[in-house]
Amino acid sequence: MSLKRIDLLICCGSGCISAGALKIKERFHEVLQEKNLANEINIIETGCMGPCDYGPVMVIYPEGTFYKAVSPDDVEEIVNEHFIKGRPVARLMLQDEENTFSTQKEVPFYQKQVKVALANCGYIDPESMDEYIATGGYEALGTVLTTMSPQETIDLIKKSGLRGRGGGGFPTHIKWQMVHDNASDEKYVICNGDEGDPGAFMDRSLLEGDPHRILEGMMIAAYAIGANAGFLYIRAEYPLAIKRIKLAIAQAKEVGLMGQNVFGTKFCFDAEVRTGAGAFVCGEETALIHSIEGSRGNPTPKPPYPALQGLWGKPTIVNNVETFGNIPTIFLKGAEWFASMGTETSKGTKVFALTGDIKNTGLVEVPMGITLRELIFDVGGGMTGGHKFKAVQLGGPSGGCLTVEHLDVPVDYESLKERGAMMGSGGVIVMNDTKCMVNIAKFFMDFCVDESCGKCSPCRIGLKQMLDILERITSGHGKEGDIEELQRLGEAVNKLSLCGLGQSAPNPVLSTIRYFREEYEAHIRDKSCATKVCLDLMHFDIDKSRCIGCSLCARKCPVTCITGSREDKYTIHQLDCVKCGNCQDVCPVKAVSRIPGMHPEVITKREAEAKSGNHHDE
Amino acid sequence: MKTLADLKKIREKAQEEMKLRGGNTRIKIVVGMGTSGIAMGAREVMKTFLEEIANRNLTDVLVTQTGEKGLSSMEPVVDLIEEGKPKVTYGNMTPEKVKKVVVEHIVNGRTVSDYVVATGN
Ligand SMILES: Cc1cc2nc3c(=O)[nH]c(=O)nc-3n(C[C@H](O)[C@H](O)[C@H](O)COP(=O)(O)O)c2cc1C
Ligand code: SF4
Ligand code: SF4
Ligand code: SF4
Ligand code: FES
Repeated sequence: MSLKRIDLLICCGSGCISAGALKIKERFHEVLQEKNLANEINIIETGCMGPCDYGPVMVIYPEGTFYKAVSPDDVEEIVNEHFIKGRPVARLMLQDEENTFSTQKEVPFYQKQVKVALANCGYIDPESMDEYIATGGYEALGTVLTTMSPQETIDLIKKSGLRGRGGGGFPTHIKWQMVHDNASDEKYVICNGDEGDPGAFMDRSLLEGDPHRILEGMMIAAYAIGANAGFLYIRAEYPLAIKRIKLAIAQAKEVGLMGQNVFGTKFCFDAEVRTGAGAFVCGEETALIHSIEGSRGNPTPKPPYPALQGLWGKPTIVNNVETFGNIPTIFLKGAEWFASMGTETSKGTKVFALTGDIKNTGLVEVPMGITLRELIFDVGGGMTGGHKFKAVQLGGPSGGCLTVEHLDVPVDYESLKERGAMMGSGGVIVMNDTKCMVNIAKFFMDFCVDESCGKCSPCRIGLKQMLDILERITSGHGKEGDIEELQRLGEAVNKLSLCGLGQSAPNPVLSTIRYFREEYEAHIRDKSCATKVCLDLMHFDIDKSRCIGCSLCARKCPVTCITGSREDKYTIHQLDCVKCGNCQDVCPVKAVSRIPGMHPEVITKREAEAKSGNHHDE
Repeated sequence: MKTLADLKKIREKAQEEMKLRGGNTRIKIVVGMGTSGIAMGAREVMKTFLEEIANRNLTDVLVTQTGEKGLSSMEPVVDLIEEGKPKVTYGNMTPEKVKKVVVEHIVNGRTVSDYVVATGN
């Protein structure tokens, strides 16, 4: 037995690693060696603890002390004060205006969260199978294999109400039942860990932070449908996730939790990792299956559904990482327990990657049915820098934007869909009032045009046309009818595209038109971007009553379009300005400001050009 | 591993290794480790607790430390905190006394009144 008296859990999720967690871990090893404390203190590397923005973070047990933004220079103090003298270091604790939060439990970020899939993430050593087992790991698998029939297993999932967490929200039991009922000599289970949405890191964190949970979920699924082989499709950009899953597979095989006759039953299972090249469309299930088969990762029409004809033509289920992550706990705690969380149609919890203009960006898990307001303002801590909330984008490039008026909408599949957004796989981007919604729509459209596989023309051509219109609008060449044209194209692409990428790609545009139409109109009619994000639809101006004639701006202007003198003050020649912003940055008296709207001189010039046919209309 | 009972065995052992993070603690030992406590041998006292607990395989006992306790004339000072019972504070501790406290108080549940310097919350 060990003499350990402290468990030091250092978050080594990707956020904290990029903030320097590994250096801190090394430094702890050094200092503990020096002070002869190495045998009293366990250093444990965990997966993401959640509040990535405050990284590197760590939790120290038995007290559960939570430290944020730790630097290598803090290590010696933590050891001397906290570990030796028992005086936690208050300046490293999370604080707000009034309170210091000394333990992880007190930190407001965690308070409305309910961790099911993420229960162990940030709490156990993901490379230790024993720690997973200590939390109840593989108990569900053992119970299912030795006491339940495959049909009973599916029935329990049905009762829990679990729906797919990969975006679509398809009821998990229906898929399983289809494959179960479809007799075949071979069947497959696939875990979808492609996660191509920009800004998403839910599945990665789960795979990195609690890999055995995903394997256990897959094996329960395999037993239920009658499969004995599985694949985990993980993008190559996630090397740590790949390494951890491979290690977990090896560990499970070594003790017989995977392989032949698991728990002394007839059930045999083998899992393999396949790495994806990182195309967004490869996350689509038919494309993913082709990619595993070794051909190009292009989608094919459904039907046939993978449940009937999937991998190598055999019945196959494809489920998302988080979907599998929920399964062991559903069996341990019961379907009723799971179904007691959430709303009528959406049960359990959902993991979100919160990003954008909020205080607590990071990884969270909340009960379904929580309102957007609670998610953004309580869990997310509200907006940064005193800015106002403007919009929230859910579901990444396939999803939509919601606004202030939707803050009390409960987060569930149907409520979001009704309002033109979607649950998606869990990417949440919160935006403040400095963001231009037309520009946001353009960003996602740009992404989808890049990621379109080009196989079907509605998506390949239609999305490009939509992007062209958006570019026109944001560069000041928008014209009457553009909004209607975007809507017409969007609906066509949605109806006619072959796969979900094309079908959902118009969503960001359609939802921003629905809720921010006046912004599109101001861009088109008034040639004005109120947020001053679209450079063609704003201008820089010098306030002569403030200008002291120092000439700094004129000297820093890359195109020398500022002239003047100490007496006359300085002026910008608008036609030549390239909007680099240098003048504003260097002015010592803040005489330069950004003004919404294209400058009248530029408007006149463009109109003249258009008349003389000089302008190439795209 | 062939049965749920095998899994349970591994689980129990693993839970033991993770007990610092878990909640199933019966007795918490808090050693005062202020400057004067350390000068008077608090580290030795804590080490002895850790060793004795390990030797006796006491899985539900936790050792932690705290700063100055304001009882500097009686350092090293140790609190034993048990769920539902008044806190017992022992003073002037030595490794020898620690061994006795472990056997008497922690194993057999009898306070060693000779060493007690305070009780209550
Ligand atoms: C363009 C596109 C990308 C997708 N990317 C993912 C992904 O990264 N991860 C995922 O689980 N599902 C993704 N899906 C959904 C999958 O096709 C599939 O529905 C899902 O993996 C099913 O799992 P679930 O029922 O557990 O949600 C994507 C779909 C489309 C159309
Ligand atoms: S909708 Fe787009 S991504 Fe999907 S098959 Fe067609 S071209 Fe490819
Ligand atoms: S924004 Fe740049 S180009 Fe325009 S006036 Fe200022 S310094 Fe010159
Ligand atoms: S830097 Fe500011 S104060 Fe100086 S000349 Fe330019 S506008 Fe005037
Ligand atoms: S990576 Fe450390 S909190 Fe997310």
